Amino acid sequence: MLQLIAQRLTAAVPGVLGVIVVTFLLSRALPGDPAAYFAGPAATPQAIEEIRQKLGLDRPMWEQFIDYIGDLVRGDLGNSLTTGQPVMQELVTRLPASAELTLLALVVAVLVAVPLGVLAAVKQGSWIDHLSRVVTTAGVSLPTFFTGLLLVYVFYYKLGWAPPPLGRLDIYFSPPDHVTGFYLIDSLIARDLELFVAALGQLILPASTLAVFALAPLARMTRASMLAVLSSDFIRTAKAGGLRSHTVVVTYAFRNAVLPVVTTLGMVFSFLLGANVLVEKVFSWPGIGSYAIESLIASDYAPVQGFVMTMALLYVFLNLLIDVLYGVIDPRVGIDA
Amino acid sequence: MTTVAAGLPADKPRRSTGTAAFLRHARYVIGENPVTAFSFGLFGLLVLAAVFGPALVPHDPLASNTARALEPPSAEFWFGTDQLGRDIFSRVVVATRLDMGIALASVVLAFLMGTLAGTAAGFYGGWTERIVSRIVDTIMAFPLFVLAMGIVAALGNTVTNIVLATAIINFPLYARVARAEANIRRNAGYVEAARLAGNSEPRVLLGHVLPNILPLMAVQCSLTMGYAILNAAGLSFIGLGVRPPDAEWGIMVAEGAAFIVSGEWWIALFPGLALMIAVFGFNLMGDGLRDLIDPRRRT
Amino acid sequence: MKRREFLASGAAVAAGGAAIAAGIRPAKAQGRSDVLLTISENHPNSLDIHGVGANRPAYEASWNLYDRLMTFGVKKDANGNDHYDYSALKPELAEEWDLGPNSVTFKLRKDAKFHDGTPVTAKDVKWSFDRAVTVGGFPTFQMKAGSLEKPEQFVVVDDHTFRVDFLRADKLTMPDLAVPVPAVFNSGLAKKNATDADPWAMEWLKNNAAGGGAYKVERWAPGQELIFARFDDWKSGPLPKIRRVVWRQVPSAGNRRALLERGDADISFDLPNKDFAELAAAKSLTVIGTPVENALQYVGLNVTKPPFDNIKVRQAVAYAIPYQQIMDAVMFGRGIPMFGGKGVTDASWPQPAPYVTDINKAKQLMAEAGYPNGLETTLSFDLGLAGVNEPMCVLIQESLAQIGIKTTIAKVPGANWRNELLKKQMPLYTNTFGGWLNFPDYFFFWAYHSQNAVFNTMSYQDKAMDALIDAARFETDKAKYEAAVQGFIKKAWDEVPRIPLYQPYLNVAMQKNITGYRYWFHRQLDYRQLAKA
Repeated sequence: MLQLIAQRLTAAVPGVLGVIVVTFLLSRALPGDPAAYFAGPAATPQAIEEIRQKLGLDRPMWEQFIDYIGDLVRGDLGNSLTTGQPVMQELVTRLPASAELTLLALVVAVLVAVPLGVLAAVKQGSWIDHLSRVVTTAGVSLPTFFTGLLLVYVFYYKLGWAPPPLGRLDIYFSPPDHVTGFYLIDSLIARDLELFVAALGQLILPASTLAVFALAPLARMTRASMLAVLSSDFIRTAKAGGLRSHTVVVTYAFRNAVLPVVTTLGMVFSFLLGANVLVEKVFSWPGIGSYAIESLIASDYAPVQGFVMTMALLYVFLNLLIDVLYGVIDPRVGIDA
Repeated sequence: MTTVAAGLPADKPRRSTGTAAFLRHARYVIGENPVTAFSFGLFGLLVLAAVFGPALVPHDPLASNTARALEPPSAEFWFGTDQLGRDIFSRVVVATRLDMGIALASVVLAFLMGTLAGTAAGFYGGWTERIVSRIVDTIMAFPLFVLAMGIVAALGNTVTNIVLATAIINFPLYARVARAEANIRRNAGYVEAARLAGNSEPRVLLGHVLPNILPLMAVQCSLTMGYAILNAAGLSFIGLGVRPPDAEWGIMVAEGAAFIVSGEWWIALFPGLALMIAVFGFNLMGDGLRDLIDPRRRT
Repeated sequence: MKRREFLASGAAVAAGGAAIAAGIRPAKAQGRSDVLLTISENHPNSLDIHGVGANRPAYEASWNLYDRLMTFGVKKDANGNDHYDYSALKPELAEEWDLGPNSVTFKLRKDAKFHDGTPVTAKDVKWSFDRAVTVGGFPTFQMKAGSLEKPEQFVVVDDHTFRVDFLRADKLTMPDLAVPVPAVFNSGLAKKNATDADPWAMEWLKNNAAGGGAYKVERWAPGQELIFARFDDWKSGPLPKIRRVVWRQVPSAGNRRALLERGDADISFDLPNKDFAELAAAKSLTVIGTPVENALQYVGLNVTKPPFDNIKVRQAVAYAIPYQQIMDAVMFGRGIPMFGGKGVTDASWPQPAPYVTDINKAKQLMAEAGYPNGLETTLSFDLGLAGVNEPMCVLIQESLAQIGIKTTIAKVPGANWRNELLKKQMPLYTNTFGGWLNFPDYFFFWAYHSQNAVFNTMSYQDKAMDALIDAARFETDKAKYEAAVQGFIKKAWDEVPRIPLYQPYLNVAMQKNITGYRYWFHRQLDYRQLAKA
């Protein structure tokens, strides 16, 4: 197992390096000039030039790159211009917000998509099958920014069922003591049910918006995987042996069909974490996605670089986790890099 | 996203399939699956709108008329008017060409780059494969939408750059599938036969391996078309891309977003719906095409 | 954090447990009469007004966290709303002052304390002013505008007496001591957190307040929320009514309006004009629009290059702008028109230019200028302010097409806008400029003078214009001053290097139960005067 992990990590190095280089080049190509930003509204071109020298922006690109790598190695991701805070610290405080939102969305999606997929497979070709395909495809066809706006309008503004889209907590609450950074978990640790309910209330709309997007891949994979298993010999044997079809489907078939679904789950998670940037923007969600968008628009290098780095590392880590999980769920899977 | 290379290649040179047999198969698949038929209908509608839309719309999509601004849907303005009094119906219809154009161009670009690079990687192996894989890995490790944003922001705010950015983030999907398929085929019987007949390696690649992969890649195209439309619209939504006063669905939704709360829901709703229907149609059609061309892979 | 205390009101507690199925709606913002929820598009990036790159919201944080020696009085504006009074300086940390020809001596309040309980002394004032003139950038620039340039000018006489020596007679020195920059810092606390590399504690003060203002920081999550608590020992004025201010960042404009309309937020500046116009008409909220002093939205033309080096082409553009359509469809009436004037007959400022939309006249001017078949150019705007700029540019583009000027619209990302202005290459663009100090000569000095400052975005240079501006700046005789002012306004209107469109409003929407809102020149919120019924 350790060998597998080491192998995977080594294999991931070139990709991560590639990400670092590309991000650096892209961020330097962004329009806008941090020196002009620092110099203030009334600055003269000379003043801006001085500040550019001070920030080292007049030096050759490769020198700046070496500095950047040096900072990275020391764990220094630089400072954000727009919030004035160290990027590392911001990412650490914002990542749980994004992760909590994404995970909840994933849970919701799994709860809906997996039964739907199983049903579609068992009743292949029936109206349920078609309906499931149409519904999940419709879900993945929705522009998240549009669905989000619509949900806020209907459920907050018109009906008043949802709490105001003001981020992770209504203003009359304060965050629970930091343990995991997930408000749902931390509030339970603090035995504060009210807070739990409040945090959950804020999560419902954005998580649903995201979940709708994740239905399609999960339902399809479940269906395909179930179909494959259902047509296999041991299921036919079980059926022939007179076992109740419920038992066959749930106990025998589903357990064997779960493996590809787990793989898809990992892919969908990392995809969602990147895809929720627009959802976070719509719901004022203080996650890393909205942080990245705002920084990009402000040509604020450091947070963009930090965000991309974080996502790349997460991606590598998730893929590793999936491989390891694979091995745990199905011992037959060999170590094969 | 769920396409995985599976099973053994059952394909043979296309010629022997027979057009009649293929059509029979097509009729069977479509007959069995009404949803696919529906999606072809949607696709037809979109193509009509893109080709003839600008000639057919009742109003000039760019002409403002501030005296009639922010009017709700009516017999004269079917989808209402926007802040400057422009007819939203006309704008939504006319935008089809631009949106579909962006998506199509980016998909074609990704298709060309991805298929060539992927096939070469799978066929030759070795360094070619390693380099292509590294590029694919690097792109995949990026949060894709943010990468697209970065590219457009850095290279400049133009339609060309939206196309380029969308193509780049779609590239790995094509390259991966193409690589896997070429890899399976590189030692297939008919490929060996072509080699023995004295064809050079590039000739084998282009003349025998590639044609067998193309139908699969075409399916991939219609599957990613929807994603490309969403991506381009997302970029416009945050203000990157299309120049005013051109009509584009994403930017229309973004403009309309500010008006939803004040009750002018039609400004964002109709372009949003158009966007949704287009993506929906492409996704369903992609599934349908896959059933048609590659029944083994039905999911 | 004392969440329990926060929740003391019954409504919030009741709302908590039961409501999950129906969605959770804890107490509305009005539920608490001493807590104010303010929402904005952007959040401060620093608590230190002297900080490098401190943004506008940072001015608001600093204004409420720190005291100055003096502040401005209050008057009623034309609509009966409170407006700061530039002409009346009032005591804040200084109880009284003695203004001489060469210096001013301040007597500090003896009972004033910083948030940590240490008394405010003249040493703190000197440290703060020394810092402002030393650290460079915006604070130093602003101090200089009032001839406050060197640490030697600031003298500690005794613990509670502080003197400022003048370098020269300058009508701006005294008012410049009441703007946000000369805030008084707790020098002892700041020095404790200074390092050799950072003697002015820039790093620490960015995230920590060392003030004695009416409010102190209770919690700050940058980019999310900033919570202020009232400083109950504040002596520099009447104790504010609002005990706690919660300031949240809400990036989506639609959400900001929804929050206000549903009563979940108390006050906000950041809404589109249309929303302000509608909320004002609906009367469910209080909406106050104050014309921003000395500010104009304009269309700029680069006069150094063809075609806009030709005065007739510029005039043609000025006659082709769809002014009234912009006022109606883009501004929704939330601005003062700066077109259709009847000629320059007085020295009031801003005053409307004589242009109106007259396509025939514009066509004729184009023909006279030698462009009977029109021309092609680019029309640029700041994407950061797309809500107003984009529809405006679309209207202008359409209208210019009628006189044969074909424009391509360029959306310049907000981060790059200042760069583009600095380069002075854009041929045609729209922009806003406001002078901080409310004098026409000040405005013209920045916008039309051949010193060619950043704000002279058109690169307009003219000797006669300079002479008029310079004459007005140093003229003490009222009649002569007004003659010079009329002279340069008339010249600016005749040669139109920039075409004025309107004077913008500073709009604010708040719940009906909020009173005491006051317009400030810094265009940020002062919590101290607000009250909630």
